[in-house]
Amino acid sequence: MIRLRLVPAKTNIGFLTQHIRAFFLSGFLCVASIGYFLWADLNYGIDFEGGILIEVGTPGPADISQMRSALSGLNLGEIALQEFGRNTEVLIRVERQPGDSAAQQLAVAAVKEALAKEITGEISYRRVEYVGPKVSAELVRAGTLASVLAVVAMLVYIWFRFEWQFAVGAVLALVHDVVLTIGIFSLTRLEFNLSIIAAILTIVGYSVNDTVVVYDRIRENLRKYRRMPLKELLNVSINDTLSRTTMTSVTTLIALLTLYVVGGAVIEGFTFAMIWGVLVGTYSSIFVAAPLLLYVGLGRDVSESGPSEDKGAAADAG
Amino acid sequence: MLYFAKWKVALVLGICVLGVVFTAPNFVSQQTAGNLPSWLPHNQINLGLDLQGGSHLLLEVEVDAVITERLESLVDSIRTELRKERIGYTGLGVAQGQAVIVRIRQADRVDQAMELIRDLGSPMAPDLFGQGGGVDIEVAAGTAGQVSVTLTEQAIFDRKKAAVEQSIEIVRRRVDEVGTREPSIQRQGEDRILVQLPGVKDPDRIKRLLGKTAKLTFRLLDTTTTVEDARRGHIPPGSVLLGADTQEDGAAQYVVRKRVYVSGENLVDSQPTYDQGRPVVSFRFDSIGGKRFGDVTKDNVGRPLAIVLDGKVISAPQIREPILGGSGIITGSFSVQQANDLAVLLRAGALPAPLKILEERTVGPDLGADSISAGKIAGVLAFVFVMIFMALAYGLFGLAADIALLVNIALIAGALSVLQATLTLPGIAGIVLTIGMAVDANVLVFERIREELRTGKTPFAAVEAGYRRALTTIIDANVTTLIAAILLFEFGSGPVKGFAVTLAIGIITSLFTAITVTRLMISQWLRQRRPAALPI
Repeated sequence: MIRLRLVPAKTNIGFLTQHIRAFFLSGFLCVASIGYFLWADLNYGIDFEGGILIEVGTPGPADISQMRSALSGLNLGEIALQEFGRNTEVLIRVERQPGDSAAQQLAVAAVKEALAKEITGEISYRRVEYVGPKVSAELVRAGTLASVLAVVAMLVYIWFRFEWQFAVGAVLALVHDVVLTIGIFSLTRLEFNLSIIAAILTIVGYSVNDTVVVYDRIRENLRKYRRMPLKELLNVSINDTLSRTTMTSVTTLIALLTLYVVGGAVIEGFTFAMIWGVLVGTYSSIFVAAPLLLYVGLGRDVSESGPSEDKGAAADAG
Repeated sequence: MLYFAKWKVALVLGICVLGVVFTAPNFVSQQTAGNLPSWLPHNQINLGLDLQGGSHLLLEVEVDAVITERLESLVDSIRTELRKERIGYTGLGVAQGQAVIVRIRQADRVDQAMELIRDLGSPMAPDLFGQGGGVDIEVAAGTAGQVSVTLTEQAIFDRKKAAVEQSIEIVRRRVDEVGTREPSIQRQGEDRILVQLPGVKDPDRIKRLLGKTAKLTFRLLDTTTTVEDARRGHIPPGSVLLGADTQEDGAAQYVVRKRVYVSGENLVDSQPTYDQGRPVVSFRFDSIGGKRFGDVTKDNVGRPLAIVLDGKVISAPQIREPILGGSGIITGSFSVQQANDLAVLLRAGALPAPLKILEERTVGPDLGADSISAGKIAGVLAFVFVMIFMALAYGLFGLAADIALLVNIALIAGALSVLQATLTLPGIAGIVLTIGMAVDANVLVFERIREELRTGKTPFAAVEAGYRRALTTIIDANVTTLIAAILLFEFGSGPVKGFAVTLAIGIITSLFTAITVTRLMISQWLRQRRPAALPI
């Protein structure tokens, strides 16, 4: 029977001959991401910056420039309009108004009034959101804390399950993935909001998941091929798991791409981040996480310390 | 790994059936589900506000206002006491919202003044262990006759706590008055209230209602001076200059006596009605309020009575005759809606402190419906694509994984229904993502089986070894994603929490289905067919 194979059953690709180039590429991209982020920052949504967001549905195709000129006369400070998903939907962002919550409500009312004058037919207000400065500051803090804790938790877990050298490699790979995700968001100016933090944490989970599978095979092979040079052993392990790595990435990407295409504009940013994260995560577990083990002083005694524990696990499983 | 005891088979099948049974109520209308006999599961998945439409309001009780209010009332009492005892003082006032400061002119009377002030403290209830109690203020002497009065820590804590609790009660009453379905009003953190109003199309009215403290007082106008004089700063002590309660610019102002004769606390009912064709609000006092209102109207016939709401004068009609029945009407330039709102506010009672809206998220019903349908389409499509892909890649084994995936979806939906967890749009994304990632465990096993076959193992041994060897990897890999989901749940808010919930449930159910359900199917198949080669 013919089977769909993404990669041949037995591969022997020399990943480890390319790892210096991969390191340079990753290093360059990380530095570029951080640099660009420091220079251009992110396009923060109201979750993190505070302010007012109104999603409007218009009866016909919306004339954004006409709406913009109608709203700019309101003296509400910076106002940003953009088409959202469909041409009958417009996202309006208004900066936070000075004053208390009543001032924000007046601003929303003023926008509604101005739009009612400008547009004939019924306008639907699909979404109205306001986030105050106190809450946005808290969301920034919680988001940062959650991301940092996630990285630390991964570090501890892998340390506990493997050796510290593996933990270092996995965490570097995962920081690499997060940095590149932030970089792409800085570059594309896509809105960075709460759901992107959710995506980043999921990417953290996915990236480590991918790395763990490769590491697990490396640990197994360390016991199996006691004489094989480390570099070759790493390469064999990557090749052993390559079929699985690509299969899982593809099924996940199938689901994510479907979501990106038909899931609607509200979660587009989230799915974009996830798609990017899966691609980068897959790349990094092959080209970053595994080759890094060459440089963290991974001794062959790793295989000695493991067996007793592993036998126990295998016995449980059997 | 391939031998299943009878009870294990029963358990696995039982869990699968339970998943389907608990998912079933979601396929009938809400009403039908509600009418199901009580022994049948009837919980449907709880849709988040972003899917069903509605408003999420995060309010903060400005508790400091309660403290300031107490300090200001202390200032009034201290003034009265010192005057009564003819003790000279200067600089009486509230300093930085923290303390009352006063300087006693005669050094030899500082002690007496402090004694007088100390007696102004309100007694506090002792706690459960009989600790605390005492009065709510501390009086301390400074240099040069300075006396400072502060509230004790316990008093501040008690007052703030009481203010938040009372606020929640008042918010609930006001929201109930508007008659939304199933509102949820919860305390959050120390001084916050989270109000969730599913299905509300126009939250503006509720925001307007919650934006008012609604402290109603009846006072007399100060007729000894004119508004013009007062504007120039000549306000008699015991009076204040207040604006009118209208939206118009340059509205009228009034000089109003500070003394409150009757307040909203004594109201027992309030209704919108009409007087000479104009919307007005009728009210009725309790017996104490009625008596006080009767007294003040009897003594002041012919003088204007100011009706003050939140420091703004609604109207100041002339008292034409004593009102002894304990009820009356409030006239003003109301629209029908405004009269309605005022009646609601007066019935529900005043908030102890103003509320501030920290965060508002309102989703219209059509966006919610769009999100649900987009999520459904994405889910079904992703599901079909992944199933086809798995069947193409692993043949019969892929089909087993596909069946496990179906069971997995039923288990997720069932778990969401039973736990009454809230499904949000990111939550749907979490399920779709789970569809993609759930097959991972099976991919790991199947790839391993292929490897084992290549080493020349028999089908039975290869499947056995494949499952055994892949298991630790699968668990290690999934724990990491689970850790991320737990952190998201801990630190996320609203919709993001929904994502964390579905992701976590998805990981657990997919572990179960991928490891147990497919293994059961494959072992049964191996036993019955005893194939010479595996179609993998």
